[in-house]
Amino acid sequence: MAPVATPFFFYLLSGVMLIGGILVITRRNAVHSALALIVTLLAQAAIYLMLYAPFVAGVQIILYAGGIMVLFLFVIMLVNLERNLKERQFNRQWLVGVVAAGALGGLFIVVYSKGQSIFPDRALPIAEAQNTQIVGTMLYGQYMFAFEIASLLLLVAIIGAVVMAKKRI
Amino acid sequence: MLHITTLHYLVLGAALFLLGVIGVLTRRNVVIVLMSIELILNAVNLNLVAFSRFWGGVHGQVFAIFVITDAAAEAAVGLGILIAFFRNKETVNVDEVNLLKW
Repeated sequence: MAPVATPFFFYLLSGVMLIGGILVITRRNAVHSALALIVTLLAQAAIYLMLYAPFVAGVQIILYAGGIMVLFLFVIMLVNLERNLKERQFNRQWLVGVVAAGALGGLFIVVYSKGQSIFPDRALPIAEAQNTQIVGTMLYGQYMFAFEIASLLLLVAIIGAVVMAKKRI
Repeated sequence: MLHITTLHYLVLGAALFLLGVIGVLTRRNVVIVLMSIELILNAVNLNLVAFSRFWGGVHGQVFAIFVITDAAAEAAVGLGILIAFFRNKETVNVDEVNLLKW
């Protein structure tokens, strides 16, 4: 099926993502930042759909917007401080931040303008209907070892989180 | 309007990455620093999926799934550390974490 109005949706979703990102790093209240981050993640899931990656889009919504952000909100509620809202929100490293962001941005501009010719310009035909099957086959076939390592990583993270949050070890 | 190429997605990813970097470097609240790290990881994911689309394979999508796994593990451990820190110092500001400072 031919895509409809791709540029319009691309610019709309990028605008939503960037505004959400700016809100994340500027809001005073951490709950507002978390809500802005959820908007950004959902817009990004829609962009994954535009890129014909429905499985990643689903994982993004369920795992990121559903799982990780709930974890964030829980912790924000746990450590919520009225005092924190009245404090200075930015540290004194804004100069370092501007320099680092400027250097990285310059690097991106140089790399992208020099390397523009080697980026694929036109999308290759892709099997959209079997995306989930292909990803699953690859996860359990070619990337089996990495998949097992990922499960080990999650086990370590669970144990680590419990140990860190325990009152007395 | 022109049609959307790989470069559009890469520029969007770069902008998101820079927002995350600025957040990590300048915010004081640990929770928001962790959220900025999530922004950075999402920018990387966007690049991976965009390249996977325009090269016509799904390797990039598989990598994006691994990155999401890493983000989950990182968030769990980071927030656990944050709770332990908050219990000890009653604050969530990064620049007051100076127990190991020489």
